[in-house]
Amino acid sequence: MLITVLKPKENIEAVAKGKTFCITCEGCKEVHFPEVEAIELVKELNPTGNVITEYVCNPDNLKVQLAKHMDKLTAADTVLVFSCGVGVQTVSDNFRDKKVYAACDTYPLPGGQGVTPLEFDCEQCGECYLNGTGGICPITACSKSLVNGQCGGCKDGKCEVDKEMDCGWERIYKRLEKLGLLDEMRYPAKLRNFNLMYEENK
Amino acid sequence: MKISELFKKGEMVITAEVGPPKGCHPDHLIHEADEFLKGVTAINVTDSQSSKMRMGSLATCKGLKDAGHEAIFQLTCRDRNRIALQADLLSAAYFGIENLLLLTGDHPSVGDNPQAKPVFDLDSVSLLHAVGQLEKGVDLGGNELEGAPPTFCKGAVVSACSDSVDVQLAKMEQKVKAGAEYFQTQAVYDSEKFIKFMERAKQFGVPVMLGLIIPKNAGMVNYMSKNVPGISVPEAIVDELKADKERTASGVTGVEITARIIKECKDYCQGIHIMALGWEKFVPDVLKMAGLKA
Repeated sequence: MLITVLKPKENIEAVAKGKTFCITCEGCKEVHFPEVEAIELVKELNPTGNVITEYVCNPDNLKVQLAKHMDKLTAADTVLVFSCGVGVQTVSDNFRDKKVYAACDTYPLPGGQGVTPLEFDCEQCGECYLNGTGGICPITACSKSLVNGQCGGCKDGKCEVDKEMDCGWERIYKRLEKLGLLDEMRYPAKLRNFNLMYEENK
Repeated sequence: MKISELFKKGEMVITAEVGPPKGCHPDHLIHEADEFLKGVTAINVTDSQSSKMRMGSLATCKGLKDAGHEAIFQLTCRDRNRIALQADLLSAAYFGIENLLLLTGDHPSVGDNPQAKPVFDLDSVSLLHAVGQLEKGVDLGGNELEGAPPTFCKGAVVSACSDSVDVQLAKMEQKVKAGAEYFQTQAVYDSEKFIKFMERAKQFGVPVMLGLIIPKNAGMVNYMSKNVPGISVPEAIVDELKADKERTASGVTGVEITARIIKECKDYCQGIHIMALGWEKFVPDVLKMAGLKA
């Protein structure tokens, strides 16, 4: 899952120079997209061409959707894409002689593909720790992604990085304590295998 | 000399902490160490403490060692992945630095280069494990080292007065299992809390050094109490610092408070670690007043 957020307006205006052609992706089930705000902004930019479609990341679909707009697109100075980073790269790759710009920033929003975003994150680390941590993920609930317990940065149950954020390991400890599973904390040093995150078939 | 040897002999080990300069001239630090820290067993050198970028701990340790001081190399997981950490450990061994203090490290976002990438490939526990592996002659990848493996005295930290003391004790146990040979605590201002902590920590049978920060004024301790994890300062100490501002500014009150905490706690711990934060000149006074040095 991922979430796209519009870049600051001044940043978008700074790149949308000359004749601008806008491509807005309505997204897919895996993306939370700022649909209303994007349409609003496109209107303000007064582009020479505008296409609202879905699955910009699919090159075949992209070509079909743009077929009848090719004149305007060819004449445009810049192409502004409202989509996730994958969509922007797909457009850029298909129109290599065009200045293609991203109108959005893309943030990861893990939680399993195709489901409603929840407050829980999964970094898809390839070695799930949940079974030993009372169902609270140490990778995403701890700002340092520590896998061997609490650091010295917890004060009043909060994280040193963000006073609003609960210390993940404090939560894990309390959950395990409640479940009578504190022995789960007594394991030999764990080391993450970051190589798993780069393997295709993790 | 490994400080673990002294713990084994039952000696009260005294260390002092110094922070490398924000620059490449540690002369002043070494001069202060010569002047004020001759009475301590070893000097513990911070690794860009509080995520504020400084000259490196390893090079500063080497400078201190060359000047005749025993150095403790602080190493955090904040900025280096396991390759760099292991490489620095081998470099330390090459320089003859035998004492380590291994920490997870603060998050970069709390420091003076908040844009930095937080690494945390390892953490304090897995770093202790990594040192143990190097001592066995293999790296974390399972590859053999050439020649005789390094040997170290492996230290770790614990927050004795943390509001999460149960969670801290669980972590302490993990560090003991991973090979910690001594512990240094976060600054203690509440002797009672420390003694209670030690009653629970003694089960691990690993020496604990009482951590102390000489209080400079009421504002400083109030700030730490409110903002620094693991530090809580009793009201009585704040009042004591407020009572006579001139006396406090001259360092006398801070020295008295620090010496008193040492006296109250020394029978419950195996060492004293003073974080002077620029007040190194008062370290001899503290030790004298606490009855630790003539």
